[in-house]
Parts: sequence; structure tokens; C-alpha cells
Amino acid sequence: MLEPRLDPARFLALSAAGAASFFLFWSAAALAGLTSREFLPAPWDVAARFSQLAVEPFAGFTLFQHLLSSFQRFAFGFVLAVAIGIPLGLLMAWFRWIDRIVAPVFEAVRFIAPIAWVPFAALWFGTGIGGPVLIIFMGAFPAVLINTYRGAKNVERKYIEASQMLGASSWRSMTEVLLPAAVPSIVAGLRISAGLGWQSLVGAELIVASSGVGYLMVKGQAAVSTATVMSGMIAIGVVGLLIDVALRRVQQLIETRRGL
Amino acid sequence: MAIIRFDAVQRTFSQGGKDFVALKDIDFEVQDREFVAIVGPSGCGKTTCMRMAAGLEHPTGGHVYVDRDEVTKPGPDRAVVFQAFALFPWKTVWDNIEFGLVSLGIDAAERKRRIEQHIELMGLGGYEQAYPHQLSGGMQQRVAIARAYVLDPKVLLMDEPFGALDAQTRVVMQEELVRLARTHPRTVLFITHAVEEAVYLADRIVVMSRRPGTIREIVDVKSIRVAEGWDQHKRIEDVMDLPSFVHLRTHVWKLLREQQAGELH
Repeated sequence: MLEPRLDPARFLALSAAGAASFFLFWSAAALAGLTSREFLPAPWDVAARFSQLAVEPFAGFTLFQHLLSSFQRFAFGFVLAVAIGIPLGLLMAWFRWIDRIVAPVFEAVRFIAPIAWVPFAALWFGTGIGGPVLIIFMGAFPAVLINTYRGAKNVERKYIEASQMLGASSWRSMTEVLLPAAVPSIVAGLRISAGLGWQSLVGAELIVASSGVGYLMVKGQAAVSTATVMSGMIAIGVVGLLIDVALRRVQQLIETRRGL
Repeated sequence: MAIIRFDAVQRTFSQGGKDFVALKDIDFEVQDREFVAIVGPSGCGKTTCMRMAAGLEHPTGGHVYVDRDEVTKPGPDRAVVFQAFALFPWKTVWDNIEFGLVSLGIDAAERKRRIEQHIELMGLGGYEQAYPHQLSGGMQQRVAIARAYVLDPKVLLMDEPFGALDAQTRVVMQEELVRLARTHPRTVLFITHAVEEAVYLADRIVVMSRRPGTIREIVDVKSIRVAEGWDQHKRIEDVMDLPSFVHLRTHVWKLLREQQAGELH
């Protein structure tokens, strides 16, 4: 299956063909009149609605204001996941006893999907910001912890032995040896966890009363406006992509700096 | 006063329920500021000896002492130069050399003085801010040696330090190490499988047998080196041409060869 790589011209042509077919099929389905245009809007209906939402408030705010609100919650949850996940991962990798205490609890909890935390968050936080932040945290945290832990555990033995020989304390071993050595793994983990955290967003916003893209989509559903819902989905998709692209850039920068 | 002492050291491994003996009855001393090389075939346990002196491994029988204290764990008093360099790739040359000095609690001014001294000593001038991946193998090993020397350790343990270098660089490093050893003598335990390297560098050579590793013979080199004036020759090839050198090298070779005739138990 290892075919030679496509040249740029063919690559672009194929991608364009794929996208075009998708839109063609969609438009055909919408125009066929199978259901109402509110239910199955054509691509241009969605584009129109999207531009409308950009300037006209719906459910209290414009699209970008909703996006900003969502992004703030995401940022809180993500930063919290990173601030706890990286140090904890390093501690677990260095101190066996910490690993033994935390691992069972972590393993038990991590397979609970972020969205399953919604009822719990609603009970504990009501409609405050704590609820969405908790859910986004639950989405983002496992990948940060696991990738930090694995990155630190997989540090080549020679570096550990060198740092022991050089008399490094536990603190210095973790911060000056484990952490830098684990950076590639940690950054990969950040990309994954940012994606997972952002994806948990809609679930998080089901319990928020007044703003956010997920909230916008729920309101759009209530108004039977598929175009509104799809606009929300597009906004989520684009921002998610931008976050990933940004982190990928960070990853590349780090790799060049380390001469890999 | 002896600095490194191996006292009836044994090392046995268990694997899959079976015991096999890696080292047997290892008894020798490295005197203060003496350069001792351990030479032996692959798998004879010579690296294990060094790692026990370093505190990275422990004997299953007997004891290893450094300066009368039994060795229990690694530390900057027993500096190691690893075959694979083991420089931290995310730190500059300067920071790599500084790492151990910080552990020793040495203040910034004194650290700076020592590092600069050793940068000059090892010919690393101009490379202070370079990262290891930007340096050649020989330069990296120089940094590793500087990192060990700068600690002013009680003993220096070198595990086939030139094994990963190409032949020409290896020769240059051997000449430099000899220069260093004669001007800044230290207690050194040097592991190698290269007989000529051992004869060129060491005061005495511990010749080991195949596994289970025991000491075949301890060969005195220094008396011959001094008597025959090897140090008058700057170049390694001039030394290796001398009849006294060749004779000694052949003697060590024969010791290593004889083991193939029969098993030693």
C-alpha cells in the first residue's frame, strides 16, 4: 500500500474534487425538496445564516460573542488541566508511592466520558462557570497526565543515571531532567487534550443558561433552525482546527530548537 | 591509602530461575591518583565493576569501598564518563558542565571560575552556548570529561569513553587524556576492551577473564613506561612503535587469548 506521494497538483485537485462532491451532494439533497428548508438547509442558506449571526444577536449575543464566552470556559478548563496534569505526571513518574496512590483512582475515573459529568456538575455548580470548566477539565486532563507520565517514564536511563551521579535532588531531577526530556510527549499530549477539551464544550454548555456556542446550538434546535445549529457546528470546527494548528506550530518550534 | 577497593566482590544474576555468575572473586585496589584500566572481552563484567564503584549497581557478595566508605549510591564524588556521553541535550555545554556543581552547593562566582577553567582545559572555548547535538562526538566527550573533572571528584570512572568515536578522534582523545592525566593526576578507573588504549593510558592493567569474570592478572605498566621514557614522545604512534610497548601489549593480548584454550571456573 505504500504508493508514491502525490504531486502537489494532483493533491489539490483530489481534495477540491472531494469537497466539491460533498457540496454538490448536499445541495442536491436540499433542493430535492425531501423536507422543509428549515430542516435541511442548502449550503448557501447556512452561509447566509452564519453571516447573519455574526452581526445580529441570537439567544442574547452575536456568534463571536458566544464564541468568546465558550473560549473563555475552555481556556480555564484547559489551563487547569495542564497546571495540575504536568506536575502530577512528573511526580507520579519520579515517586513510585505517588504513582501507586493516584493511579487506581485515575484509572477508575478516566473512562467516565466528560459528558457524563454534566449531571454532577449541574448539582454542584448550578449554572455558574464551575460546571463547564469541570467538564472541559475532565475532557482535557487525562491526556495531559498520561502523556506527561509516559514521557517522563520513558526518559533514557542514561540521563537518569547521569543526574544521579551529578547529585541532583528530586526537585532538580524532575524539573531539569524529566520535564525537558518529556517535552515532546507533553506537547503531543497538549494537542490531544486541547482537542478533547474543546470537543467537550457543547456538553458543558448544556447546563449553562446564558451564553456560548453550545448554548446557541441548543437554542437553534429549539427554534427548529438547522442553519443556526450548523453555523454553530462550523464555528466550533473552525476554532478547534485553529487551536490544533497553533499547537502543532508550537510542537514544530520545539522540535527544531532541540535539533530533532 | 587506597582509594578504590574491591573486596571479594561477587555479582550473580538470576534469569528465568537460573543463576549465572557474572563476576567472581574480584579483589584489587586503585591507589590514590593511580590510573588503572580494566581490560577484558565483551561481557566479562568490566563495566559492571565500574558501575559498582559508581553506585549504579551493587555486588551480591563482598564490598566496594571508595576512600574507606562503602559505596551505596551514585554521587559527584565518584564522577562517571559514560560511553554514550549522556550529556543533557536540552542544556548548553556550559549548563551541562555546571549541573553537578549546583548539586555541590558551590556559589555562582566559584562555579563560573571552575567552568571557565575546564572549558579551557578541554579545548571547548567558543562552544559554551552550543547544544550537544551541534557538536561532534569528540567534542561531546570532551564536555562529558569536563563535566566530570569540574566536580573535583575523589575518583573518576570512565566506561569505554572513546568507544563511540571514530578511529582518528579516538587517538586524539587518548593523547589528550594522557596529557591531562600527567598534568592533573586523578584516581581513575578506566574500562576498555582495546588493549593498546589500556597500555598507553594506564599505570596498571587489570586483565579479566571471560564470564564468569575473574582477574587473570594485574599488569604493571608504569614502571616500564617510566623506565623506557614513553612520555618523551608526544605522538601516540611513536610510543606504540617502541619495543617495550609492543612487548607489553603482546603480553596482555596473550593473557586474553589463553582463555579460549579452556574454560575458567
